[in-house]
Amino acid sequence: AMEGGPGARIREGDCAVLKRDEVFKAVSVLRRRKIIFEKQWFYLDNAIGHIYGTTFEVTSGGNLQPKQEVEETTTETKEAGTDNRNIVDDGKSQKLTHDDIKALKDKGIKGQEIVQQLIENSTTFRDKTEFAQDKYIKKKKKKYEAVITIVKPSTRILSTMYYAREPGKINHLRYDTLAQMLTLGNIHAGNKMIVMETCSGLVLGAVMERMGGYGSIIQMYPGGGPVRAATSCFGFPKPFFDNLHEFPLSKVQSLLSGTFTTETLPADPEENALVEEESNGLTEEKQTSPQETEEEPTPEAAMEINPTEEQDAMDVNAEDVEFKENKEKENKENVREKQIKQWERRKKLLEAAALLREKNADGLIVASKFHPTPLLLSLLEFVAPSRPFVVYCQYKEPLLDCYTKLRERGGVINLKLSETWLRNYQVLPDRSHPKLTMSGGGGYLLSGITVVLDKGKSESSNSEALKMEEPSSKRCKLQDLPC
Amino acid sequence: MSFVEYGDTIKDGDTAIVFLGHESMFPVKVQHGTVTQTKYGVIRHSTDLIGKKYGSKVTCSKGGWVFILHPTPELWTMNLPHRTQILYSTDISIITMMLELKPGSIVCESGTGSASLSHALIRTVAPTGHLYTVEFHQQRAEKAREEFREHGVEHLVTVTNQDVCKNGFGVSNIADAVFLDIPSPWEAIGHAKSALKAEGGRICSFSPCIEQVQRTCLAMEEYGFTEINTLEILLRVYNVRTISLQIPDLGKAAEDNSSTGFDSSNPSHQGSPCANLQQGTVQFKSGVPLREVVGHTGYLTFATKS
Repeated sequence: AMEGGPGARIREGDCAVLKRDEVFKAVSVLRRRKIIFEKQWFYLDNAIGHIYGTTFEVTSGGNLQPKQEVEETTTETKEAGTDNRNIVDDGKSQKLTHDDIKALKDKGIKGQEIVQQLIENSTTFRDKTEFAQDKYIKKKKKKYEAVITIVKPSTRILSTMYYAREPGKINHLRYDTLAQMLTLGNIHAGNKMIVMETCSGLVLGAVMERMGGYGSIIQMYPGGGPVRAATSCFGFPKPFFDNLHEFPLSKVQSLLSGTFTTETLPADPEENALVEEESNGLTEEKQTSPQETEEEPTPEAAMEINPTEEQDAMDVNAEDVEFKENKEKENKENVREKQIKQWERRKKLLEAAALLREKNADGLIVASKFHPTPLLLSLLEFVAPSRPFVVYCQYKEPLLDCYTKLRERGGVINLKLSETWLRNYQVLPDRSHPKLTMSGGGGYLLSGITVVLDKGKSESSNSEALKMEEPSSKRCKLQDLPC
Repeated sequence: MSFVEYGDTIKDGDTAIVFLGHESMFPVKVQHGTVTQTKYGVIRHSTDLIGKKYGSKVTCSKGGWVFILHPTPELWTMNLPHRTQILYSTDISIITMMLELKPGSIVCESGTGSASLSHALIRTVAPTGHLYTVEFHQQRAEKAREEFREHGVEHLVTVTNQDVCKNGFGVSNIADAVFLDIPSPWEAIGHAKSALKAEGGRICSFSPCIEQVQRTCLAMEEYGFTEINTLEILLRVYNVRTISLQIPDLGKAAEDNSSTGFDSSNPSHQGSPCANLQQGTVQFKSGVPLREVVGHTGYLTFATKS
C-alpha cells in the first residue's frame, strides 16, 4: 500500500497541512506545541491517531475535537423575501450588540449556536431573499465556527498554499503553471531528472512526488546549498532521498570543460545552508539538527591540549581530569566527524558529477530567479536527445531571449512559449458565474524537446528554420472545439 | 520503448513520432521492411530507423530531413487518431495534479474515448498503480486495448466495455481518484463514490456546458463529496517575433532652418520612403499571441470524498 494515501492516520512527527476554507498552513505534528492559524490557537495533540481529512472544532483551551455531522442550521419553516426594495440599511437590524456577541463567545458557546442567535436577532433576515439568507449564514459561519481540517500534504495543497501565502518565495509560480511543467516535462517514475530551482524546494518536491522514489534527481543549486524548506513539507519517506543528488551551479562550467575537481569545493560554513536556509513561517519551527551546530575547536579547547597547561592539570582533582579528557576526546571526535562529513560530501558530489557527465538525463526543469538563458545553454548539455525540457520565468522577456539563443544553438525543436490562465467558478443553483477575482499572472513557460545536435552544421535546412517566422495563422490550426 | 519508460534506440515494433517541423508530425509504427512517405521523401524503417538513436535527424529520399522522437503521452495527444473529442495536455496537467496522482495511484476513468488522457494517467501512476477505464462503445474500447498493447502499457490498464452510468466502474473501494468525461456525469457520481476507497479520494468531472456542471455539483453534494470546486484553464501560446516599429516624423526641430515642421508634415511627403523614417525604427522581440486561440474546452469540477 502506498504510504500517505487516503486513510493514512495522523502521527506524531508528521508533516501535515491545516486547512480552513481556502486557507492552508503547513505544520509539524508535535505534542504540546501551540499552533496559531487564522487567528485561533490550539494544540494538535488530540488530532494524533485520526484519519487525514478529519475536520476538527477548536474547543476552549485550544483542544481539537472531531466535528460532528451538522444538523441544518435553519430547521424552521423557511421564510424569505423576493427582493430588497424595503430593506433599509439603518445599521440597526442586528439586535445583538458587539458586547453581547463577545459575552456569548466568552461563555464558550459553540459557533453554530452563535450563528443561530445572530439569525434570530436579525430583523431583516426574514425579508432577505433565500439567496441572501444563504450568503448571510455562510458569512457568519465562516466567522464564528472555528473548524479546521487536517490534510495530508501534496503538490496540489502545497503549491496552492505557497502561491496564496508566499508567492515571492516561489517566484510567483502559480499551481496550474507548475502542473503544466510536470506534464510538459513528462515527469514520471524511473526518470533521471535535472532540476534547477529557487522556489524553496517546491518544484523539487513536486518532481519527487511524481517520481515516487523511482529514478534519480540531480538538483543544481546556486550558492552554498539547495533550499528545501518546501520539500520538507511533503513529508516524503526516507528512501525518496536516496537517489536525490545535488550539484553546485558554480561547478557546471568546469564539469563541462573537463577541469572539474572536488578540491575547490565551496567552504564548509555553507553546508549549514544545505538542509534549511529559510523556514518561511509555513512550518512551525526550524529543524536545526544537532550536528549542524558543531563548530571549529574553540581557542579554549585548543589550550587544553597545550603542554604548558599540564602543570595545572596535575593539580586538579580526578573528576576534572576526566572531564578534560572527555572534552579532548569529544574535540577529536568532532574533527574526525567533520572529516568524515567532508569526505561523504565529496563522495556525493563526485556521484552527482558522474551522473551529469553521462549526459543522458531524461529531462530538465528550470524555475529560478536567475536569467534562464545561461542556465539552459549549459544545462541542456547534460540532457539526452529526444527528451523534454521546461523553463519557468516570472517574466516573458527573458524567455524571448532564451528562445532566440536556443534557436541559434540548435539541438532543440518544438519550442513553445506559453502561459495558462486559471478561472474559478461559483456553481450554485441559479447563481453560477466566474469568481469575482482571478490571478493576474502565474508566470510563463518555455518548453521544447532536445534532438541530436550536429556540431558545426547550422540548423538552417528545411522545416524548422523556415517555419520559424511564418505567420501564425498558417501555423496554428485551432484544436477542434467542444460540442 | 514504452510510454512509461524511455529507451535510447529505435526498435522494431516501437511507436515513434516523425517530426517534420513546427506542429507538423505524425506517429509511425516501426516495422522491418516497411516504408513511410513524408513530404521530404521516403523513410525506410530497416535502414533509416531501427538501431538509430531517438532524437536523430533522418535524411529522407528527397534529401530533406525529419527528426524521430521518443513517444510521450503529450506527443501522443498531439498525434493520436481521433475517435472522439479529446482532452489536451493543458487540461490533463491540472487534472493530474488536482487528483493528486503519482506512482502507485489507482484511477478510474470513463469514457476512454480516444485514450488521450488514459496514456497520461498510465504514465503518472506507473509502475505500481493501475488505471481502470470504462468505455461503453465497443469498438472504441477494443481500439484502446490494442493501443495499450502496442505501447507497452497493457499491464497497467484494464479496459471495460460497459455503461458507467448503469454499471459503474466494475471495481469498488479501490480507487484513489475518479475521472469522468461523459455527457451525464451526475448519473455516475454514485458509482464513482463506491469505486473510491472507503477512506476517501479525489474526483474530477469534465463538462463543456455549465448546465452539466450544475447538475454534477448537486449530485456531488448529495453524495457527500466536499471541497467541490469548479475551474477552467486556458492555454495562451505566444509566437516569438522580432518587431520593428517606425518612429513617427513629427517634423524638424525649430533650430533646423532647412525646413519647417509644417513642411515635413506635408501630405505629399507621407507614404513616400524617406531616409529619415527608415532609420527611425525601433526593433524589439515580442511574444505575440496567436490570432485565434481555444477559448473554452470544458469546466473541471473537483471534489473530495473523505
